[in-house]
Amino acid sequence: MKLITFITRRIIHSVFVLFGLSIVIFVISRVMPGDPARMAVGARAPQWVVDNLREQMHLNEPLYVQYYYWLRDALHGDFGISLVTRRQVADDIKEFFPATFELALFAGVIMGGAGIFLGTVSARHKDKWIDNFVRVISYLGVVTPAFVFAILFLLLFGMTLNWMPTMGRISAGLSRPPVVTGLITVDALLAGDFATLLDALWHLILPALALAMGGMAQEARITRSTMSDNLTKDYIASERSLGIPEKVIMRKFLLKPSLIPTVSILGLDFAATLSNAFLVELIFNWPGISRYGINAMLRKDLNAIAAVILILGVVFIVVNILVDIVVAQLDPRIRLAPGRGE
Amino acid sequence: MNTATLQAQDSAGLSAGTPLLLEIKDLYVHFDVYGGTLKVLDGVNFTVRSGEKVGLVGETGCGKTTTMKAILRILPMPPARIPGGEIYFKGQDILKMGEADLRRVRSEGISMIFQDPTAALNPVFTIGQQLEAVVKYSLEGKKLSRREIRERAIIPLREVALPDPERMLDSYPIQLSGGMRQRVCIAMALVASRELLIADEPGTSLDVTIQDQILRLLHRLVEEKNVSVILITHTLGVVRETTDRVYVMYAGNMVEAADTRELFARPMHPYTRGLMDAVPRLTGGGIAGGIRGRIPDYLDPPPGCRFHPRCDHAMDICRQEKPPFYRLSDNHEVACFLYRDGG
Amino acid sequence: MPSLTPESDWLQEEVNNVTAQANSLTLPKSKTMENIGRSWYKFSRNPMSIVGLCTVLLVVFLAVFAPLVAPYPEHAGAFVDFANASRPPCGRYLLGTDVVGRDILSRIFFGFRFSLTMGVVVLALVVPPGVTLGLIAGYNQGTWLDTIIMRLTDIFLAVPPLVLALAICSVLTPNLFNAMLAVSLMWWPWYTRLVYGLASTLRNEFFVSSAEAIGAGKAHIIFREILPNCISPIFTKMSLDMGWVILIGSALSFVGLGVQPPKPGLGTMVADGAKYLPDQWWISVFPALAIVVVVLGFNLLGDGLRDMFAAEEV
Repeated sequence: MKLITFITRRIIHSVFVLFGLSIVIFVISRVMPGDPARMAVGARAPQWVVDNLREQMHLNEPLYVQYYYWLRDALHGDFGISLVTRRQVADDIKEFFPATFELALFAGVIMGGAGIFLGTVSARHKDKWIDNFVRVISYLGVVTPAFVFAILFLLLFGMTLNWMPTMGRISAGLSRPPVVTGLITVDALLAGDFATLLDALWHLILPALALAMGGMAQEARITRSTMSDNLTKDYIASERSLGIPEKVIMRKFLLKPSLIPTVSILGLDFAATLSNAFLVELIFNWPGISRYGINAMLRKDLNAIAAVILILGVVFIVVNILVDIVVAQLDPRIRLAPGRGE
Repeated sequence: MNTATLQAQDSAGLSAGTPLLLEIKDLYVHFDVYGGTLKVLDGVNFTVRSGEKVGLVGETGCGKTTTMKAILRILPMPPARIPGGEIYFKGQDILKMGEADLRRVRSEGISMIFQDPTAALNPVFTIGQQLEAVVKYSLEGKKLSRREIRERAIIPLREVALPDPERMLDSYPIQLSGGMRQRVCIAMALVASRELLIADEPGTSLDVTIQDQILRLLHRLVEEKNVSVILITHTLGVVRETTDRVYVMYAGNMVEAADTRELFARPMHPYTRGLMDAVPRLTGGGIAGGIRGRIPDYLDPPPGCRFHPRCDHAMDICRQEKPPFYRLSDNHEVACFLYRDGG
Repeated sequence: MPSLTPESDWLQEEVNNVTAQANSLTLPKSKTMENIGRSWYKFSRNPMSIVGLCTVLLVVFLAVFAPLVAPYPEHAGAFVDFANASRPPCGRYLLGTDVVGRDILSRIFFGFRFSLTMGVVVLALVVPPGVTLGLIAGYNQGTWLDTIIMRLTDIFLAVPPLVLALAICSVLTPNLFNAMLAVSLMWWPWYTRLVYGLASTLRNEFFVSSAEAIGAGKAHIIFREILPNCISPIFTKMSLDMGWVILIGSALSFVGLGVQPPKPGLGTMVADGAKYLPDQWWISVFPALAIVVVVLGFNLLGDGLRDMFAAEEV
């Protein structure tokens, strides 16, 4: 009941933020020097075509009216036509988004799972060699840019050792399973096509790992420090003193409170993942929305740029709401405290 | 170590006919921290007889809680380390026990009530989840069904006079007041019957009135269940009213041990006297005496008697040698060179 | 440090007297010297902090004196020497040459220049407004000012940082200046957030309420009472952020929206070299490692500063 209030507040807040974000995006797409209509039709088009388009795009109206039209269309899923692909931006997004989603999802799972695992191991063997090893690795993981990881993985596993494919989502010979979710792994699973599933997973590993490294290192560091901090807490001493077995304390009474900061930071790490997807998709030639976005940016395709930022903003906000809900589930202090949790 | 110490150790506890329940012999605890080793406990000797109520006093940071945590082996290790000493509970050395024996001691031998009830309760589990875990993993817990476990968990909540214990089980610690949390902690310590209860400054973090209620409750429960008690407290008045014997601790050493009445009548150690002087009297004007200086740095504690830098009676020997326990009478021992000739 | 307002002259005098006495009794050396000594001791306890400091100093040195220390300073621009193209690391070219024969080592030194410029300029643009907004919002916690400022930060934080920077860069002309502008535009909210948290706790401290009670002005309280107490976390964050800004900058130049060729941006060099993997691996791997070294250096330094400012533990 309280949780519902919490979620509702969180969603209302997010809607407000999204509204603000749409203004920022609109401003960005209008600060560009030059005439968007002229840009859309090209330099050689006659003036009357430009004038018609200006009328059509409401470019002759005051800015706030332009914003109104832009927002109205965006809410209907209409982002206009891409200058590069000459298709509806919305269609492009529909085509490219699932690939990015699949990549980010796997990166997220690796990030959270491996990060928490490494952090736990490190904390339980504090100051032993394994702990030092994990600490060095996670330090390097935090400071190394994702595109450097991507290139190193590509070089090492893809090209030198020839273990893994380096391009695309699926091998050239295989046909894609019927599209249900757009995630090849899930679609292949639904179709019962295990060869394709394996192939898709095999293609996913390197880019997902490159994407996850930074966040994983971060998660490991946070989990380690929270856990070793919590290990000295009185409640752990108290639980031990009452005869609760060590295994139960570790897996239950220590793990849950220690996960709270780790999960809270997952939202931020996911932001980094979405950012880095721009570079990693480029390197692994992954046909996702980020690679689409980069191409749009390099060609000043405003409609596509605005749509990509907005979509990623929405994804990020949704992920953060989910993270907040999980954190609230884990931590009654957030859920039950009056007047908090905006 | 000289012969006097050995003699003193031998004599400790021999005076009474009752068997020893707990005996700590020459216990050292060190903490490895960045930049050195904190030599916190420096050869602690301490005994509790069956049925006895023992008080332990000393200023904050003198190692009382560390000693108690060492008994239950719940010091965080690392950074803590026990380079020497023995802790006998009913004749068995706790420090050498295996996992199974240790759990038996923890779940039916000794339990501890922590200083700060807020810190001692896991913030992200309900009271019920925590109490039920204690019941479930107690020695008889295996045979119980879920319902029986829950029923067992309610019993101690009733004993500590918490209102609406059913609802209490589903509450989180933050939903309770400080006094209620302290009662929950006591309840957890009393889930199974114990032989020794360690109460570490119960209720210190609470209002004076609530603290008084908690102490009364504890006193009643202890009398009912007939358990031995180690009571750590700053309030000398409480010690005087509720304990049989008192240890005074200073900077990781026991400096004086005596029957309660004897200690209050004739405090011997300069530190004990200082402690008693520091108590503000209702009749006096403001803060009376006190002890100059503060607890020494454990990284580099003073040699000899650790109290000598603060002691008005310090002699040359105090700076060089650690004083052994000198026996003044059947029920009074003091670790101070002032009394080496029998005081 | 609770400082007193000028309004309370007599009190200030009293305090000065007492401090002077105390100093003459216990602190024969000047207080600042002692503080520096103690801070250095805390900082240097962890050898990794020293490593970080040395790395940063070295990188700064190489960047500043790049024209003097680089073996082939002329290779920083549009230089071509096909006779020596794609040389693997050797005695003459320690880290090899790229496909048009330019010395990678020299280009990395010049690349440090762009990276450091980016870091310094972005922080200079971001910290003052970010901190000021955070102070104002934190001190006025619960008022409409607080709401407006903090909602604004929420909006800017609602998009993954690199995404917004990429977009801004792309609609403007891609170059170093615009890259710095873009990164600055999305970076300030972090400082506002940080300072907001600090300021909203500090405003309830006694020294703030006593300054209020004496009748000090808002600006005085915000900048003279609260700000000095936020300095150490701000410094720590700045040191860490130098690394992050450089990282983001290299990401921007990697996709071609930052430093433009033939100028040697570290990210640009990685991206150019990536085309020649795996055979001419040195073209992209060494600039990539250079980025890692710089970011690592600033991170270690930042962690050292955090240790230094941290209250004495145990």
